[in-house]
Amino acid sequence: MTADLPQTSGRTPLLNAEGLTLRFGAIPALVDVAIDISAGEVLAIVGESGSGKTTLLRVLSGMMAPDAGTVRWLGDDLHAMGEAARRRLMRTDWGFVHQNPRDGLRLNVSAGGNVGERLMAVGARHYGRIREEAIAWLQRVEVDAARIDDLPRTFSGGMQQRLQIARTLVTRPRLVFMDEPTGGLDVSVQARLLDLIRGLSRELGLAVLIVTHDIAAARLLADRMLVMRRGEVVEHGLTDRVLDDPQHPYTQLLVSSVLAA
Amino acid sequence: MTPALRTEGLGKAFTLHLQGGVRIPVLGDVDLAVHPGECVALWGPSGAGKSTLMRCLYGNYGAGAGRILLRHRGTDLDLASASPQQVIEARRETLGYVSQFLRVIPRVATRDIVAEPLVTRGVPRDEAQARATELLHRLNLPERLHGLPPATFSGGEQQRVNLARGFAPGYPVLLLDEPTASLDAANRAVVIGLIREAKAQGAAIIGIFHDTEVREAVADRLYDVLPHQDAA
Ligand SMILES: Nc1ncnc2c1ncn2[C@@H]1O[C@H](COP(=O)(O)OP(=O)(O)OP(=O)(O)O)[C@@H](O)[C@H]1O
Ligand SMILES: Nc1ncnc2c1ncn2[C@@H]1O[C@H](COP(=O)(O)OP(=O)(O)OP(=O)(O)O)[C@@H](O)[C@H]1O
Ligand SMILES: [Mg+2]
Ligand SMILES: [Mg+2]
Repeated sequence: MTADLPQTSGRTPLLNAEGLTLRFGAIPALVDVAIDISAGEVLAIVGESGSGKTTLLRVLSGMMAPDAGTVRWLGDDLHAMGEAARRRLMRTDWGFVHQNPRDGLRLNVSAGGNVGERLMAVGARHYGRIREEAIAWLQRVEVDAARIDDLPRTFSGGMQQRLQIARTLVTRPRLVFMDEPTGGLDVSVQARLLDLIRGLSRELGLAVLIVTHDIAAARLLADRMLVMRRGEVVEHGLTDRVLDDPQHPYTQLLVSSVLAA
Repeated sequence: MTPALRTEGLGKAFTLHLQGGVRIPVLGDVDLAVHPGECVALWGPSGAGKSTLMRCLYGNYGAGAGRILLRHRGTDLDLASASPQQVIEARRETLGYVSQFLRVIPRVATRDIVAEPLVTRGVPRDEAQARATELLHRLNLPERLHGLPPATFSGGEQQRVNLARGFAPGYPVLLLDEPTASLDAANRAVVIGLIREAKAQGAAIIGIFHDTEVREAVADRLYDVLPHQDAA
């Protein structure tokens, strides 16, 4: 029954990085950070404000170069492969859900256009099918399909965020970077999105690197968790073990300050 | 016969950094073996470390010392030193755990929560849902609740959802932490039946049963968990 499932032990990661170090003047944003993620995995990054989480996502996705260390995508050095190759990855194999939806959306393009243009960028040409696909994704993230021709500017912050998620997932990327994707959403919509993200990861093998302040959500969603503080990874491992049996003083503080996560 | 799960010199202590680094030793030198088809009940006073031992066996708590050897994919996997990915794989295929409380993503229907571990093992969704429905019926959860998320269910109803989810896949090794704590007599009897069937199918079961009737009905032997200062 389980023979044809992917072998999890010893498989090669999609993305891995070592020795990542980056300073902004006196601020150590990343200190010797190592990380890896494989297909079908959800990896949560948690830690206090300013601990380097967003910076880490930017460096891992090639948007920013580290002072030292390497990032590899399927074994190839990301920062050596050149801007054009990285942009192609961003369009095809990767998706990025930004903390602020305005950074991930085109505000002067309709909601349907925002979702559809990602499909067109990977070669879709049949207009009717693109629109159908866009409607399906709007529904999955619980945006009323009747608003498909409206501009995102007229959407609430939470709706914009859901639209950004639909735009990112429509091309079925292999790896998605998410920076506080459910931050501005109400709890019930958050839950639906988390379930959607987890379903995609389980069923399609989507890998998700998610930065979040929501420890309870991370527990339900993530296979592994990485705890950052002042640019350093102070603890990492199986999510429920990091939360229930935290070893580092900072992780113990973090866990003790959330109610029944 | 090879045990389905065994520990060698398992130890566990907690260091509370927020309380000045005080160290609480809980388990010392635990040697426990459970064979396929056998049910072992953990026994000991409140605070002795029964739940802690159970959580170590599931990989939820890290082992401080020793080994935890799980028969998995035909070999011994040491959960004390396994990678997170290996623990996840073992939990998907071999090792089940029913805790006292249900913890699930809100807004997901009960039937899907119960079917999920089967789907993750590669069972087609409709087949998994049929099995989920059957188990929920058996645990006397009314059909009208199957399509609802369990957030608003009573404690006993949630516990039965939890049990259905734990028993659905037929794990070779199953850990049960007070599985009948919030159940009435009729449902306790159903759980006794489920445990006996799982044993007959070769499952190795480790349980904490405060209920004497349940314990006597399912356990083949007791394993004493001693408060640490009493341990040898
Ligand atoms: N472009 C930049 N120039 C200068 N300093 C920066 C820059 N980007 C980030 N920093 C600093 O680096 C540190 C890490 O920032 P980062 O945005 O990665 O934190 P974060 O963990 O994402 O925090 P939050 O949870 O508040 O989003 C902070 O002290 C921040 O002020
Ligand atoms: N995550 C934890 N952090 C710190 N201490 C813990 C943790 N989990 C358990 N302990 C401590 O370990 C000891 C054993 O607790 P445990 O829950 O295993 O007892 P038990 O035998 O299951 O008791 P009961 O019968 O009351 O459920 C207790 O002193 C408890 O406070
Ligand atoms: Mg940030
Ligand atoms: Mg207990």
